[in-house]
Amino acid sequence: MFMSQVLDLMLEPFAYNYMTKAIWVSALVGAVCAFLSCYLILKGWALMGDALAHSVVPGVAVAYLLGLPYAVGAFTSGIIAALGITFVKRLTMLREDAVIGLVFTTFFAIGLLIVSINPTSVNVQSIVLGNILAISDEDVMQVIIIAAVSLTILGFKWKDLMLAFFDESHARSVGLNPWALRVLFFVLLSACTVAALQTVGAVLVIAMVVTPGATAYLLTDRFGVMICLAMVIGAATSAFGAYVSFFMDGATGGLIVVFQTLVFLTAFVFAPKHGRLAARRASRAAVAS
Amino acid sequence: MTIRLSPSIEAENITVSYASGVSAVRDASFKLGASTICALVGVNGSGKSTLFKTLMGFLTPTVGTVSICGMPVNMALKKGLVAYVPQSEDVDWNFPVLVEDVVMMGRYGHMNFLRIPGKVDHAAVDQALERVGMSDFRKHQIGELSGGQKKRVFLARALAQGSEIILLDEPFTGVDVKTESAIIDLLRALRDDGRLMFVSTHNLGSVPDFCDQVVLFNKTVLAYGPTPTTFTEANLAVAFGGLLRHVRLGGSDLHEDGDERRVTVLTDDERPLVLYGERDREKHVKPERNGIT
Repeated sequence: MFMSQVLDLMLEPFAYNYMTKAIWVSALVGAVCAFLSCYLILKGWALMGDALAHSVVPGVAVAYLLGLPYAVGAFTSGIIAALGITFVKRLTMLREDAVIGLVFTTFFAIGLLIVSINPTSVNVQSIVLGNILAISDEDVMQVIIIAAVSLTILGFKWKDLMLAFFDESHARSVGLNPWALRVLFFVLLSACTVAALQTVGAVLVIAMVVTPGATAYLLTDRFGVMICLAMVIGAATSAFGAYVSFFMDGATGGLIVVFQTLVFLTAFVFAPKHGRLAARRASRAAVAS
Repeated sequence: MTIRLSPSIEAENITVSYASGVSAVRDASFKLGASTICALVGVNGSGKSTLFKTLMGFLTPTVGTVSICGMPVNMALKKGLVAYVPQSEDVDWNFPVLVEDVVMMGRYGHMNFLRIPGKVDHAAVDQALERVGMSDFRKHQIGELSGGQKKRVFLARALAQGSEIILLDEPFTGVDVKTESAIIDLLRALRDDGRLMFVSTHNLGSVPDFCDQVVLFNKTVLAYGPTPTTFTEANLAVAFGGLLRHVRLGGSDLHEDGDERRVTVLTDDERPLVLYGERDREKHVKPERNGIT
């Protein structure tokens, strides 16, 4: 009797269409972002994800103003920001982190300015914090298209991207164009940032494109395995976060990122080779022998 | 069986400038052919790495042309004619790849666009690892290796790639003496197989040991040609301009009779270059390899 009540309660979210939708969309976004996170953390570009997430805000605001699909606006301004960062870095002696900080805060500020001048056009909070539970069917379609296209391209190009990121010179010597691959990566990252914006919001996108990769990195020494693990972690935590938010009535984004951090901490302590416990075992074994 | 192209690198009056307007290479010309190990020698900041970047297509000469096997650089790279062994500092040793994964990267140019390795690719990797003596380490993450082992892995990648031209950037830094001679033996074998190796180094002592050609470089080509006639004290003095340690023993310090011959030791703290003989007729002394400390 009691068991069946618990089961009913646990299945309750699935009775609502908007919850099922939120869970599936979150899982999809979580998986794609996790894929990209594997590259991002190895290149030391984590801040870049944060920058992109903030840079799409003016695009979203302008898109609402003009009545365009909001993904188009977000994507455009994300790309402009990424190119801006690359060019400013090329043409000045400034360090990358300074350039990133400069460009993304500028974009974010412009975005907030546009929104504040036209307060009715868009809800700032839904951009900054995300609102997956209220996602429209149109937006779901956008997210699905972005995710499907990104996953297809990544499926074909993941090895080329890995090579370009690991060793640019060698990538050239086997006939690849590292510059083009880097641009491709940033295009995908911008697209996925836009998708993730609705799930967790601009402020927390950084977690989606860093934490799953960082966790998987502790669990394996092979890049292919790392990608698979990261995607499983990303999808599972995102789906679970959306699911739990039904009961807690809390922000989905916050829950997703908290779950991702919990998984990370578990790996940090218990990872078979690179975890803290393993490190302690190893140093104890070294002392003993 | 494909017909092998005869390897060559030819630079004609190249000038390479950065976006900031600084030209790192000015009016440099040289030509290298098959069955050659050529050393690229010069001080730090002499533009050696700019030259390598130009050969790898990262930079384009503002003046002059570079051709590899008679083709423009980018075409030669597309055909996989050039393999590159990076400097250890340029590699991210924490990257989650195993030794065999790195060597397999050498095969990417031979695979279809999905980069799924076939039997030939696996065989090439096995063979390359065997040849550098790293088969036992194939399942290790690259960061777990010693300096010499790391070098051998990237050399194996170049072997697996099967390129006619191999560029090596400072292959002896951080490498133990045993690995150094193993690398030298391997390069000699590749030379005898008809390949062209271009080695950037400031390990002066090893140059006469295994390089048959030398390019002395400082912003431009100061001298180039066969090692015995090019790698001389006078040319090195120009290339390094007083930046080398220089020890000379002669006259009564060395001989009790009137013997004119003298010993000259040149080093920039790597393995020293030792010359012995009468003035301007000095020859390279090649010490016993095992005797080096």
